[in-house]
Amino acid sequence: MRVVEFRIDRRSGVATYLQIVQQVKQALRLGLLTPGDKLPTAKEVVAATAINPNTVLKAYRELDREGLVEARPGLGTFVRRSLARPGAAAGSPLRVELGAWMERARAAGLDREDVAALVASVLEESYGSPEQTGDRPAGDRPLHDTAHATHDATHEAGHPAGAR
Amino acid sequence: MTDLTFLPDRTALEAVGLGVKYRRRGWALRDCAFRLPAGRVCALVGPNGAGKSTLLALAAGLRRPDAGRLRVFGGEPADPGVRPRVAYVGQDKPLYPSFTVADTFRMGHELNPGRWDQGVAERLVRAGDIPLDARVGTLSGGQRTRVALALALGKRPGLLLLDEPMSDLDPLVRHEMMAALMAEAAERATTVVLASHVLTELEGACDYLLMVADGRVRLAGEVEDLLSAHRLVMGRYEGEGVPREFATHQVVEARARGRQFTALLRTDGPVAGDWQVSEPSLEEMVLAHLRAPAAPALIAPSAEPRPGFRREVEAA
Repeated sequence: MRVVEFRIDRRSGVATYLQIVQQVKQALRLGLLTPGDKLPTAKEVVAATAINPNTVLKAYRELDREGLVEARPGLGTFVRRSLARPGAAAGSPLRVELGAWMERARAAGLDREDVAALVASVLEESYGSPEQTGDRPAGDRPLHDTAHATHDATHEAGHPAGAR
Repeated sequence: MTDLTFLPDRTALEAVGLGVKYRRRGWALRDCAFRLPAGRVCALVGPNGAGKSTLLALAAGLRRPDAGRLRVFGGEPADPGVRPRVAYVGQDKPLYPSFTVADTFRMGHELNPGRWDQGVAERLVRAGDIPLDARVGTLSGGQRTRVALALALGKRPGLLLLDEPMSDLDPLVRHEMMAALMAEAAERATTVVLASHVLTELEGACDYLLMVADGRVRLAGEVEDLLSAHRLVMGRYEGEGVPREFATHQVVEARARGRQFTALLRTDGPVAGDWQVSEPSLEEMVLAHLRAPAAPALIAPSAEPRPGFRREVEAA
């Protein structure tokens, strides 16, 4: 069963592997992916998107490094933890409040772009600019250093074709 | 499937001093040196007549070089030990028109004892709704391309050489074929060399680049490394020549339109001054190099032929 499907925009200027990283994170936030779910294999992703398989594997390794997924040799890549927050789920008080606010904004004559600009500016006031907090690939985290180091050693030793 | 498909230590293709001379046109390839690590999907780009097809024909063992050497998986391209591992689909996609698709696959089976994978070949033509009993001569151009690709993939090659394979396919079929290629690369760590004019179709699919122009190698290396060595800068400039703050970098191409100044730089450190700086796309980088034939070549370390091979060729 395929849980997520990636949508690759070649013109977006965002590196392809980062698009996959961001889409997995988004699926984790929205609860589309939950711990234990299996991510599609590299072969499944490339058969649907026609991107290079190494790009998919690079994205999965980045997610592994961030502790969000783990690779189980011979089985696949599985979700380790969720990014869903109860406060952001459908029907939660925060979401209901935001919905009501949007209705008021629309009633006041603001169009989609006005609302987006307003939200972006308040977001920045409260959370700072994306460069300080954003989705850039994280550096090594001590927790997963070992797993990652083993990976790299395998590659440097040039073991026979891993991708099967 | 958690390991990358490429194997940095293993070499699929390697050339030193490679040259091909045609009687009338002169040198089609001259003094080419590069290395393609195994398991890469490599875009082979360059203008018409740059030597792309000649290079693929050498790698397929269909032609011998007039200077230097090219090795495929460490051996001569025409070696009986190397040839079975290489599949080549030429621009004209030669198939027997009077054969049915099934006959064509039987030929693939007979010619590739012990390697042929009927399932892979059949899946690819079935996905295109091509009946196995259809005669090749009655198929459309796009369908013939599909059969030619199926024949090549059915061979389960270690190295797949494709010369402008997608040019007569509609966008949907092109996407499907590219997806089938990538799935094959993912499963078998196949090395693919794909000559094409359509740069956007290569972006995303290829992780390695070999650019030839005027018979010489201009760019070679991992796409990511090559892109990160370049910056596209844009800004306002009305002075003469090239802005002084670019002096520490190499200017590949610079263009002025009124007050707006655009340049592709091979950067050495950050770009000073009030410029809008971004990493180029594959297309932007290749086009700039095509427009600037005098810019020096850039060969990434992973694309340098190994010193042992170089010594061997030079001693010969």
